Amino acid sequence: MTNSQSDNGDLTGSPAAGPGLSDIVVIGVNHRTAPLELREKLAFSTHETENALNLLQESSHINEAMIISTCNRVEVLMVTSDSALAIETVSSFMAATKVISRTQLQQSMYVHAGSRAIAHMFRVASSLDSMMIGEPQILGQVKDAFKTAVTKKSTGLILNRLLHKTFSVAKRVRHETGIGGHAVSISYAAVELAKKIFNSLNDKTVLLVGAGEMAELAVEHLMRNTSTSGRLLVANRTFSVGVELADRYRGQAIHLEEIPEKLKTVDIIISSTGSPNYVIAKHHVKPVMRFRRNRPLFFIDIAVPRDIDPAINRISNAYVYDIDDLQGVISENIETRNMESIKAERIVDESVIKFTQWYESLDVVPTIIALRNKLTAISEMELSKTLNSLQHLSDEDRQALLKMTESLVNKILHDPTLFLKNPGSHRNKSVYLDFTRKLFNV
Amino acid sequence: MASILFIIIFLYVLSSAGYILFLFAQKQQYHRLAYHTLLAGFIVHTALIGYEFFRIGYLPAQNLHQTLLIAGWSLAGVYLLLKYRYRLNILGVFAAPLTAAIVIFAFCVPSVAVAPTPLFKSLWLVIHIIIIFLAEAALALACGTGILYLIQENAIKTKTNRFFLKRLPSLEFLDRTGYGFIVTGFTLLTIGLITGFVYAQLIWGKFWSWDNKEIWSVISWLIYAALLHGRLVSGWRGRRAAIMAIVGFAALLFTFFGVNFLLEGHHDEFTK
Repeated sequence: MTNSQSDNGDLTGSPAAGPGLSDIVVIGVNHRTAPLELREKLAFSTHETENALNLLQESSHINEAMIISTCNRVEVLMVTSDSALAIETVSSFMAATKVISRTQLQQSMYVHAGSRAIAHMFRVASSLDSMMIGEPQILGQVKDAFKTAVTKKSTGLILNRLLHKTFSVAKRVRHETGIGGHAVSISYAAVELAKKIFNSLNDKTVLLVGAGEMAELAVEHLMRNTSTSGRLLVANRTFSVGVELADRYRGQAIHLEEIPEKLKTVDIIISSTGSPNYVIAKHHVKPVMRFRRNRPLFFIDIAVPRDIDPAINRISNAYVYDIDDLQGVISENIETRNMESIKAERIVDESVIKFTQWYESLDVVPTIIALRNKLTAISEMELSKTLNSLQHLSDEDRQALLKMTESLVNKILHDPTLFLKNPGSHRNKSVYLDFTRKLFNV
Repeated sequence: MASILFIIIFLYVLSSAGYILFLFAQKQQYHRLAYHTLLAGFIVHTALIGYEFFRIGYLPAQNLHQTLLIAGWSLAGVYLLLKYRYRLNILGVFAAPLTAAIVIFAFCVPSVAVAPTPLFKSLWLVIHIIIIFLAEAALALACGTGILYLIQENAIKTKTNRFFLKRLPSLEFLDRTGYGFIVTGFTLLTIGLITGFVYAQLIWGKFWSWDNKEIWSVISWLIYAALLHGRLVSGWRGRRAAIMAIVGFAALLFTFFGVNFLLEGHHDEFTK
């Protein structure tokens, strides 16, 4: 493509198929193509996104645009009349604003166009392209990105329709497959198990023993599932660290020696100390069960070597899961997710075909042909009805009438055809094509 | 009559199949199918018992065929009723097949005609029978919940069986629901026994006659009383409560069948 002299250069005098159809292009980097430090550099804040959208809108060959920026991906989705030029614009813009060399950017950048771009969007929003397949946040992030673009008025007919379709595909994938259904991280698995023991985590007290990173993650998930009535106790060898952590969740720090006493009142124990011996032994737990009136006690042991005596699992109403047990739950769940993702890919494929059909209908030539076919069919039918009741006409008369209806159709179609081929300097021809199709129901 | 019974069996079996499908596939449409066919079966079943009641003028619970029909009817009814209170849909997997089995059993034993005696016409007797069967139904559901509890507890303890872990609700919920069933069942059982004693007093002039059925009923009642007492006083919940619920129901089953077949007593003719 070299026609950079005019933004609608491809619209004038190109009656053949193809050029009238602007292209959907997605260009970006994700966790597979770019290392974290590059993604961090490229990431757009909401404010930056808004500015970038303003700039992209000024460029004449980009009709519609939106920017998705998460910790795992930075992508620009656009509808363009000249994809080569648009890609060039976006990548030079990125290189300039983010101060990255063009070669580095090009190495990690991918470009999808047409139905591959559509499929890409569907897969991203359905979390099939995520680092952890089925993770639920991405759909919300795409929705936010779309909202930002809509408020900036940088989207139009095609992206609006594409994104709405994208959301419904993502919803279908979530509903009809189990890709989001099972926990695939230690902390999620622990929470899921806790929910199989306790009816609700709302009023439960959590005791955290030791303050490792993984334990904190598990606590965070648990506390998110408990309301304000849930409580957190932190027991740590260094008391001050415990106090600090407890403060973060409005909990209370205790000394390690207090643990056996506290077992009477807590419900869930998460342990991750560096201790070489068991921190909680069977003889600590056995006597408290009577005091607890057999309310269940759930131990989550994520320390290596283990902190909780596995023999505690044999006490009734006490349950112990160590890191291997949780890992077992997770690997099984990951397998299920991968199997379910095959179903999800099928849903995506189906939807891409449907969307591509609509999208291609926005091309000028098929629209004009469809319009002509409709008018010809009407005139032929009406003509044959009329001729049936006028049996006395000669063959010449009949030919003359046929000629007349044909030229009627041609005359009627003349102006709309011209207009659709070149609707003036308006950039968004698709709107008129879509409208025409709706107006004539073709 | 047999053809109506056949319709009832068909609906209950269909409902059982629906609940089993629901257990495996976890799709709400199977649950809806199972629930509605169970409800339909129960309505036809109610109509059948009501018709019999008016035709012969007393509660049709005089032979094994009739008592089984009443037992199945109470089980379906109590399940449908308590389902709203406790929202334990998966329990249908226990209730519907058991109901179907009881009614099929009833279908297989012939309805022996029993010469009506004025004994049957007492209102006390009607109340006694109905309440006892409702109690047994609630306690059967407690037993079913206890079984679900043990399955789920085993799945969590052994860390191997993910099939049930995914499909069954939490232990705490099962425990609480089972407790609810037992409180309901125990209350009804107590009322049922009292009405029985009153009826015995009216007919035979004495409350207690060391009849085998009376003895075993009281033994069952004591088991449940012990279970409730243990829970309130020393916190018997979870596994122990689940096992007690199953043992208690076994005692009730023995009271219903065993006593009639193995021992003798004045309830004899009802189960011939």
